[in-house]
This record gives sequence, C-alpha cells and structure tokens, in this order.
Amino acid sequence: MTTALSLPQVRRGGRRGPRMLWQRRRLPWLPLAIIAFVLVLPALLAPLITVHDPLRGVLGDRLLPPVWQDGGTWTYPLGTDKQGRDVLTRLVYGARISLLVSTAAIVVGALVGTTLGLVAGYFGGFVDKVIGWLVDTFQSLPMVLFALVVVAAIGPSFVTIIAIISATIWAVFARLVRGETLSVRESAYVARARVAGASAPRILLRHVLPNVANSLVVMATLQVGVVILEEASLSFIGAGIPRPQPSWGIMVADGREQLLSSWWLSFFPGVAILVVVLSLNLVGDWLRDYLDPKLRQQV
Amino acid sequence: MSGSTLVEVEDLSKHFRVTGGPLGVRTAGHVRAVDGVSFRIGAGETLALVGESGCGKTTISRLMLRLETPTTGAITLAGRDVHRLDRAGVRWFRRKVQAVFQDPWASLSPRMRVGDIIAEPLVVNERLSRTRVRLRVADMMGLVGLQPWQARLFPHEFSGGQRQRIALASALITEPDLVVLDEPVSALDVSVQAQVMNLLKDIQRERGTSFLLISHDLASVRYIAHQVAVMYLGEIVEQATADEIYERPRHPYTRALFDAILPAHPDDRRPGSDAADEVPSPLNPPSGCRFRTRCPHATDVCGHAPPRTALPGGGSVACHLYPATAGSTKGPVRQ
Amino acid sequence: MSTMEPVLTVDGLRTHLFTRWGTTRAVDGVSFTLHRGETLGIVGESGSGKSMLALSLVRLTPEPAARILAGSVVLDGTDLLTLSEKRMRKLRGSAISMILQDPHQSLNPVFTVGNQLAEAVHVHRPELAAAAVRERVLDGLRKVRMPAPERRLRDYPHELSGGMKQRIVGAMAISADPRVLIADEPTTALDVTTQQRYLRLLREIQRETGVAIILITHDFGVVAEACDRVAVMYAGRIVEQGPVREIFDRPRHPYTRALLDSRPRRDVRLDRLPSIEGSPPSLVDPPPGCRFAPRCRLAAERCTAEYPELTAVAPGHETACWRWEEVS
Repeated sequence: MTTALSLPQVRRGGRRGPRMLWQRRRLPWLPLAIIAFVLVLPALLAPLITVHDPLRGVLGDRLLPPVWQDGGTWTYPLGTDKQGRDVLTRLVYGARISLLVSTAAIVVGALVGTTLGLVAGYFGGFVDKVIGWLVDTFQSLPMVLFALVVVAAIGPSFVTIIAIISATIWAVFARLVRGETLSVRESAYVARARVAGASAPRILLRHVLPNVANSLVVMATLQVGVVILEEASLSFIGAGIPRPQPSWGIMVADGREQLLSSWWLSFFPGVAILVVVLSLNLVGDWLRDYLDPKLRQQV
Repeated sequence: MSGSTLVEVEDLSKHFRVTGGPLGVRTAGHVRAVDGVSFRIGAGETLALVGESGCGKTTISRLMLRLETPTTGAITLAGRDVHRLDRAGVRWFRRKVQAVFQDPWASLSPRMRVGDIIAEPLVVNERLSRTRVRLRVADMMGLVGLQPWQARLFPHEFSGGQRQRIALASALITEPDLVVLDEPVSALDVSVQAQVMNLLKDIQRERGTSFLLISHDLASVRYIAHQVAVMYLGEIVEQATADEIYERPRHPYTRALFDAILPAHPDDRRPGSDAADEVPSPLNPPSGCRFRTRCPHATDVCGHAPPRTALPGGGSVACHLYPATAGSTKGPVRQ
Repeated sequence: MSTMEPVLTVDGLRTHLFTRWGTTRAVDGVSFTLHRGETLGIVGESGSGKSMLALSLVRLTPEPAARILAGSVVLDGTDLLTLSEKRMRKLRGSAISMILQDPHQSLNPVFTVGNQLAEAVHVHRPELAAAAVRERVLDGLRKVRMPAPERRLRDYPHELSGGMKQRIVGAMAISADPRVLIADEPTTALDVTTQQRYLRLLREIQRETGVAIILITHDFGVVAEACDRVAVMYAGRIVEQGPVREIFDRPRHPYTRALLDSRPRRDVRLDRLPSIEGSPPSLVDPPPGCRFAPRCRLAAERCTAEYPELTAVAPGHETACWRWEEVS
C-alpha cells in the first residue's frame, strides 16, 4: 500500500518550506578533525612544526623505533628510517605533497572537465559526441600503464604527476557536469533566460554553473581521496614523485623491505593514507546530503 | 477593441518526428503538435489559447518565443517574420517579446538574486549603467507590487504569487509589446490567482502591452481575454471574442470545456457527460473532425474535414453543425 | 445522505513543525467530525496547514521535524494517536486510506496493474488465497467502473490512459474497504477535464462503498462540486465549518466570504476580481487575536486582542469571528 500512500505534498510543499534543523545532518567532526590535523595543518605549517630535515638524516640514528618501544627516543617520536631521517617529519612533509598534488590535479581536472561537460551538455549534437568519445577513452585507460609510459617518456616530476592524475580524473567531472547540464538546460528558468535574450555563455555561467556547483563541490571532495591514493600508488611503483621527496606512497614503498624488523616505516604513512582517504569520503558523503536540495528542503 | 495588428500567425504548423526501432533512428511517425493555425493579436489586446494538455497550445507559445522553429507557416510581429530575422532583428525581437511561465517554482533560477533575475532581459539586451539598471528594477518591482529592498533576496524566500510577480517584473522590464503568459496562474492558490490576474489587467491598461495567454481553464480566462481561441489536437476549433464565446459557445468541444468548469454553487452541479472521454493520441488523430470520437453530436459527415464558418465579431468555428453556406450563425439543432 | 453517525472525530489536534526559525504551528487546535458516507471539504491556501492536517490524521507527518503534540483522532472508537506504529501501519490503507489526484505518482511503472492491486489486498488480508485476492481485485475494479477489468490486470501503467490509471488508483485505495478516504489535491492544476473525472470517480467510489471522504483543496469550486460539508482553514485553525449550501449562501466568516468572491465565474462578467490582499501570517509567532484580522475589512480592536472561538450560528454551522453578524 505504500505506493498509494506516497505523499507528493510533502515533496512539493517542501520547496516553499523552511529548512529543518534535523535534516542538516550533524557535522562529521572526527573526519574533519583528521583531515585538519593529519593533512591540512601539517601541510601548511610543515617547516614551523618540525625540527628535523625531511631529506637528510643523521646516519648514526638509523632505524630507531618509535618512542614507546625499546630503544626509542623522544627526539624521533615515530622512529627513523634507514637513512636516519625522522618518520614524523617526513609524514608532515608528505602531507604537503599529498595536498599540493591533489589540489593541483583536481583544479586542473575539474576545470577541464567542467568546461567540456557544460559545452557537451548544453550544445549536444556533434560536440557532445566527440566529448563523450573522449570521456569514454580516458575512463577506459589503464591508469598505471598510462602513467608508466608517460613517466618513461618525459621523466618523473611534480608537473608530470599532476598532469597524469588530471588526465585520469577530468572525465569524471565532464560526465557529471554534462548530465546535470542536460537537465538544467530543459528547466523553465533556462527557457526564461533564452527568451530574455541571454547568450549561451551567459546562460552557462549564470544559470547552469551555479546549479551544478553543489555536485561539483561534492565530487571534488570525494576525488581528493582518490587522487591521494593515486599519487601514493604511483609513487609506490616509482612512477610518481621523484625521490628523495617524502611522499606517503614512497615511504610505504621504502619501508617494505624492513616490514618485519622495522614495521613503523610503512605503518605510519599507511595509516595516514587510510584515515585521510576515509575521512575525505565521509566528509564528501556528508556534503552530498547537506547540499542536496531534495534532502535539505523537505517540509 | 480592435486596434492595429501586432501579431499575425498564418497557417502555422509544427510537426515533431517520433523515432522508433531498436536504434531510435527510424521515423515512426509525426506528431502534428500544431496543424494549420492562424490568428492575430491586436495591440494592447489579450488572446487566450485554451485547451487540454497536448492540444498544442504550449508549442505555439514556444514558436512565438522562437524556442522552436515552425515546420510551415509564419509568425509576423509588427510586420516582420519572427523566424527570419538577422542578428539585429533577433536583438530587436528579444526586447519586444517576453514570457512568464507556468510554474513559479521552476522558472526562477534558484541561485540568482531577485534583482538580477528581474534585470536580466535588460542587462543582456541593452548597455546601461548599474545605477540605471537598479532604478529600472526598482520601478518594475513597484509596478508589480514588490518592495525595492526585496531585490536582494533569493526566489525561495517568496510565496508563489510573489514569484509570479517577480517573473512578470522581469518580463516587463524591456517594455515589450507582447508578453506570452503560459498558464501564469494555474500553479497558484485560487485566492492568489485573482491578485495576479488583476495585476495583469492593470498593466495592460497602463502600458498597452499585448498578451498571448495560454490556459487550460476557460473560467479564469474571461477577466483578461479579449479574444479566445479553443484548441484541440493541434487545431483551433473555435475562435471568437470573449463575450461571444462565453455567451454563445458553439463548438461541442468548447461546450465540453465549459461543462468541465467547476460549479460556482452546489446547486449548479451537473450530472455531466460520461467521463470516459479522453484525448486521442496526437500521433494518430481521427480523420475529418478530430473531436468526433468524443463528440455527442458526431455523425457520418464528421469523417470529412469540417467547414470553417465565420462568426459575428470576426471569429470562426470549425464544425459540421454550422454549415458555411447560409452565413447564418444560429445555434445547432440540439438533440 | 449522511446518517450523522460519526466515523472519525478529531479533537484539539495540534501538530507543530520545529524549524530553524522557531516552532511553526501548522495545525493549531483543530476539531471536526466526519460522518458516515459524507464528503467533508477542507479548504485553505497553501500554508494554511491543511496538508499537514491530512498527514497528521494518518500519522505520516515528516518526523522528527513535525510532532503531533496534542489532541485525538478517534476512528470507530480507537484513538489513532495512541496506537503503536505497528498497529497504525495496519490501519493505514485499510481503515483509513489516501487517494491522490495525480495517478502517475501512485503507480509503480515496473509492475503490472494486477500485481499492484493484489499487493494492496494482500498487505491487509494476508490470509486470503490467490483466487480470493483476484476476486477482490476484480471486485474493486468493478466498483470504480473499469471497463473489462479482467483484461486490465496484465497491463503495465504506461499502457493505460490517464483516466484508467485514476480508476486503478481508486481501486487500490478502496481495496481494503476503508472507513475513511483522504483525497489530497496537488498544488499544480491538472486539466479541468482530468479534475472533473477525478471528482466523479470519488463520487462513484462513495456511492459504491459508502466510505467517508475528506477532500483537501484550495478551490471552492471543488467544494461546490463534491462536498457535503466544508471546513475552512486559515493559519492552522478552522475558522468556519458547516453544510456546503449554508456556507455558500450564508458565509459567516470574512475569510470564507473573500475566498468565495475571488473565484472566477463564467456567468458573471466582472472588470476586477475581488481578491484578498496581503498574505497569510507567519505561523511561528502568530498574533494573539484573530489571525485573519490584519487582512480583514471588518477588523476591530477586539479582533486583534482576543481569539474568537468557534461558535454556532446555525444548526451545524460554526464560525470563529467576533463580527460574524456583519458578514453578509
């Protein structure tokens, strides 16, 4: 009987109704705190909050365990690697790289993807077909193989890895924006703008873009986690950030050989990746619910 | 009430191709959404197009707004063919013709401030300073009964009636000659409908704007329409002055629409005709008179296209009950 | 028509919405009685609380934003508000059912009509065998005058016309022999002919089953066409109620009067439609006096100070107005 009892009045009337407190799901405090304290703050404040050099170690202090194990010292709270570098310092600088790479890659990817998505969705026809074909091609590309080829051809660097990652994520944005543009294009307010005489760029920027912005923000947040993972994976196989930069992926890779004797080398960067990516996904989910006008504006 | 002609619609048709087959490329047929429609709108006049959903009235409004191109026929505005304009002509057209759409919850961009929404037709069509624009917006808001400070708010902070006022202010800001009103009140409470209709009337009286009013409800049209055209399956079946059509509805479909109007008093309840009537598919309309499948007066002769008989006051009706020959327009022989 | 045997008695019902800006008194002390076999119209503008009232009756208010704070809804001697959610779920659709004007929202496109009707029966009568269920389904379809019901069972909703879909929804709503049927009107208007068909369907259902109907609408035309009694809601309260002819002929509340006047009529040609200027008050902190007073032509000092309770002005006719004698 649920079908006969479905209540359109609730949905419908909601558009006029005030937003309810209970619908703005509570802020995900823990994930936000993790993102702040493990990723953002260390990245921004790295030189201020560390005392060691992330690249050069003290050879006499090689492979020291964390402070709570026998032989550990407060000088190196999370231990040192085999070149005597402080793991905590490298984690902090690694956050910097993760944040830098993910921000740059997402900005580039979102910019390209959004532009192409808007154009494809609004104009349709041949343009749409070509862009759709590009999206499909890039989405079916094996990322690791693609990265290895590119790195082999032009060598590893920050710019290379940002380019590689942007190339693999722009299609996600293009697909999302195209879909939303298609539905917004048919809306009455776009018809109104066309009757008013607004040009296509104006309609796209003033009417369509603001209405897909929410989805973009959510997608971008969710993609940060994906990109951090991608960067870590690429660095892990040696196709990412060039050594001796302290990327979390590189740290996990370098600790591999001593996994049994010096577990802390891979463990801490691994945990950092795990909690940050997980937190980003949780925050992204929350944002999606928070910004969804349908969830937000029910009676 | 017949001033100079502003809009002339001649034999207008719009057919949509319907695709079928597994690939969706085979033509399965054509929907004759609008089929050979002609009418005119005088300056400062209101023409109402009335009919059930699917009768083609919305397609006509979209053709009128240049959101669609006609299959055949032409629309002329002040002597210029609307669908054969150069760039400058299009700019001219955009200032001359504006629209108000049905659903005031869908037709205002949710993320634009009301002031920007109202200003948009002006901003995109004319080069004016910010101050001039702001003054014009304030003028328009005053005209439709809104407070100028409300320009800073977003659409969701307004009620349905107020939103329709916003849409109207925006439509009027370029001082258009014609405003297409696509069901402007049907999404509003009855009590608010009266406010908006009175406002439309005032504006027409003050500014001499012409209206093309699209509606499914004959009852609400009477107050503002000078001419009424009743549409059925893409064709105009009857067209007359408002007084004529309300006092002497001729076409059986027009009378059916009147019968569907809710009574004003419980004592006016009618047993009514049988409720099995439904509009046939426009993909495959009946031959001859398209209304014959629902018509209580249908006879064999209705399989042939009905004559279009002139009515006093300049209208016409397309029905076999009114033979063209005599020129007399007495009522039909009922039952 | 009605034998004045009460089916549903609502007393002092209060449903509030808890929002960011404060407490909205959507339904603020509403009482009425629905009799056997009658149609009661509840008329009000959007924001009057009429839809929240309908949802409160079946306890489907959006939790936890809305809470039913006080009152009783007594159906055949049982107060629905005191039932457990489980028992309430059993009653919904069986004892008290809902029917929407727009059939597209009520039918699931991926199941056949027969399937959906059978499910509606099965939910409330799980003990019935397949053959008995089928018999009941066909019986329901006959009650809503579906032509050739046997042939419709295997159809999917998209294969049916709008009118037939409406009948299916009607058959679903009465499949468990409800005592009360709530019909809520959508805000967007449908074609006048569709509306006419819907109201006729309701009338046929009532004639066949004797169910009592609550019809929620913003349009006095619907009331004139389909209702026996009418209750006018304004700002969360009933301001006037009575038999439909009495209300049309002798409205005793200025708001009712204004609503009646603002309806377009085909037989009278007016230059201007009388309209109610202004808009309904915010229900967050309603003023102490009559809530219509700020828009009322008859408003006096007393009206803004003191709320007029409903008082009887004729048999079965009550109004909440201090100056009802002056409302002609």
